[in-house]
Amino acid sequence: MRVHQLPHALGLGIAAVAMLAAFPVEAKTISVAPGGPDANEALQEALILAEPGDIVELGAGVWKLTDGLSLDVDKVTLRGAGTKDGTGSILDFSDQQGAGEGLLVTSDDVYLTNFAVLNTKGDGIKSKGADRIVYHRLRVEWTAGPKETNGAYGVYPVESRDVLIDSVYVRGASDAGIYVGQSRNIVVRDSIATENVAGIEIENSFDADVHDNVATKNTGGILVFDLPSLPQQGGHNVRVFDNVVNDNSTPNFAPKGNIVASVPTGTGVLVMANSRVEIFDNLFENNGTANVMIVGYRYPYQDDKYQPLPRDIAAWNNEHGKAGFAPAFPGGAEIAAAMGGAIPPVLWDGAGSAIVNDDVAVLSLNLPDVSTPQSEAKPSPADLKGEAPTPLPGITLPAAMEAKVR
Amino acid sequence: MRRVAAALAAALLCASGAVAVSEPGPQQAVIDGDTMPRKLSEFGLFRVGTSEPVGGLLPYTLHTPLFSDYAEKHRLIWIPPGQHAEVADDGAIAFPLGTVIVKSFGWPDRAGGAPLETRLLIHRADGWAALPYIWDADGKDATLALAGRRVPVTFRSPDGEAHSIRYAVPNKNQCKECHSKAGAIVPIGPKAANIDFGAAAARGDVARFLTGPARPVAPMPRWDDPASGSLHDRARAYLDANCSYCHNPEGSASNSGLFLRWTDPVGVNYGIGKRPTAAGRGSGGMEFAIKPGDPDHSFLIYRLESLDPGIAMPEIGRSTVHREGVALLRQWIAEMPKGA
Repeated sequence: MRVHQLPHALGLGIAAVAMLAAFPVEAKTISVAPGGPDANEALQEALILAEPGDIVELGAGVWKLTDGLSLDVDKVTLRGAGTKDGTGSILDFSDQQGAGEGLLVTSDDVYLTNFAVLNTKGDGIKSKGADRIVYHRLRVEWTAGPKETNGAYGVYPVESRDVLIDSVYVRGASDAGIYVGQSRNIVVRDSIATENVAGIEIENSFDADVHDNVATKNTGGILVFDLPSLPQQGGHNVRVFDNVVNDNSTPNFAPKGNIVASVPTGTGVLVMANSRVEIFDNLFENNGTANVMIVGYRYPYQDDKYQPLPRDIAAWNNEHGKAGFAPAFPGGAEIAAAMGGAIPPVLWDGAGSAIVNDDVAVLSLNLPDVSTPQSEAKPSPADLKGEAPTPLPGITLPAAMEAKVR
Repeated sequence: MRRVAAALAAALLCASGAVAVSEPGPQQAVIDGDTMPRKLSEFGLFRVGTSEPVGGLLPYTLHTPLFSDYAEKHRLIWIPPGQHAEVADDGAIAFPLGTVIVKSFGWPDRAGGAPLETRLLIHRADGWAALPYIWDADGKDATLALAGRRVPVTFRSPDGEAHSIRYAVPNKNQCKECHSKAGAIVPIGPKAANIDFGAAAARGDVARFLTGPARPVAPMPRWDDPASGSLHDRARAYLDANCSYCHNPEGSASNSGLFLRWTDPVGVNYGIGKRPTAAGRGSGGMEFAIKPGDPDHSFLIYRLESLDPGIAMPEIGRSTVHREGVALLRQWIAEMPKGA
């Protein structure tokens, strides 16, 4: 096909030659269509037989899948016809019988685009040890909305270097809609997370930009966490900017025990432990507990290397709409009543260090020691204005990743 | 004329019969090649037209095996003549190129005990290849099932309970999900501490296949034989065989921070007082993977007792609950001192 096109597409000739050079072995497109008794097996077989450089193309329609799919070949593109019901390529896992996720990617340089993953029993799309992965124009959704029986994570890259999540829509995850764990060099942008417990969560990760997203109607909008006893910890250098974080009012529906089950309904951005997190130029509105929360990890742990305090967290130039009118943490209602019905939009537990240069009040719970129970909080207004550290440089991804979504 | 015809017929019989009688044996060129043969018979590992292995393969069992829906597994090793697998002092076995590890799955009360599937792990120049084959309806050969398949299976477990399940033959990638170490495929079961050659060991056949180790490796106990080890050690053997292929720092569950190898210390990273990481619904509303003294509030148990894909552990390869295995782990946790 490509050879035939060359003489006709003079304007594209250079691009086509460049593509040929990148894949000396002729890359091919493997097309698969839904329907038919063997569609499930045919799709999985295509993902197994694909070779580096190939495109596996999903036709329009609905796949009724009973088992998880997996991809373990480098440099493969999985591309559908769209994310919408009716016209798109829909991977429907409503009758899933096995596997912990809908699609599992374990190879490098994979590009996932233009399809939907619905109603998985566990996670939606997981990628592990999958460097330079690009999630682009995807929909991952539990279509009945928030339910404790929904799967945990919508898109779930973990233990990876260079991760791009761009123009992804996730709804209904019982943990985090977009979750990036134990990874480094990460961009999450132009995406929508709604009606999840956590909209977007960056956990135990280094160097991330989370920007131009909409996190709305979750329990908590955007979380930056660091947890103990994990292979990669010491989360740092995360920038959260230019996001709309509003109306995060969905009651927490995470199964108890999970760390996100402790996120109060009505949280905008929540930073737990971590160092060097920057929160700026975001638009906050209607987050009943707080627009911004900065806290330590306040559980017992056995891990000498773990750092439970938030350190060098900085917030500036954010726009704060209504917040703090329904603080959903123990004692919150009493504090709000004492303060005239609402607490300030920025809440700090008093542990670690933070600079808040936004033009709003800050409430400190004055609990600098993370082993002090929250019941001993002595809430008072705090002035956290100060000179923020030199701004972080921002994330640059390999050019080949950006080229895929351009 | 008649005698000629009879002689001819006899010759033909011999010619065709010769294939079965002389038994061509393992086809090393196919084993060493880079193809994925459509038919299992191309490897020459089974007698022609049967699911009976050819001679020359070394059968083995494991002290404590992975539970797979109560399937009975028949395991064999093929190593090219003149080659040996080296057993290191820590019990790790280094197999030479050309090795095939063969595992067939069936149930004694299903199809007369004939195997449903046979999985091959083949050590080729570019690494181990994992290939799943499903036996044809006539039981004479098996066909490659790269994408795996759900097969309805009915059987009784040892306690007499009848099960009708949609047994999952894994796809090629799922083979790797478990057989994975730092992203490469490796064998799991054959380790000196767990492998048992039974009668073959007595006959000395093992020496044709393996050399070493310098010092004997202490065996892991049999999970279901109290005479072979303490409750604690049998529980650890069970977790090693059933969980640690993923739950180790280089396995598919490395990010969980839960490490369940026979050699791992029994502390927070072994699940004791460990909070869920990315467990989602797998936590079952509980705080800890293992809560000493309290199996009902240990979500490790909860996940082993579940068949829901969003909860169940292991994530693949199990469509029934291993009641006896869970009972062992329940007792182990119940007998742990509280607050330990």
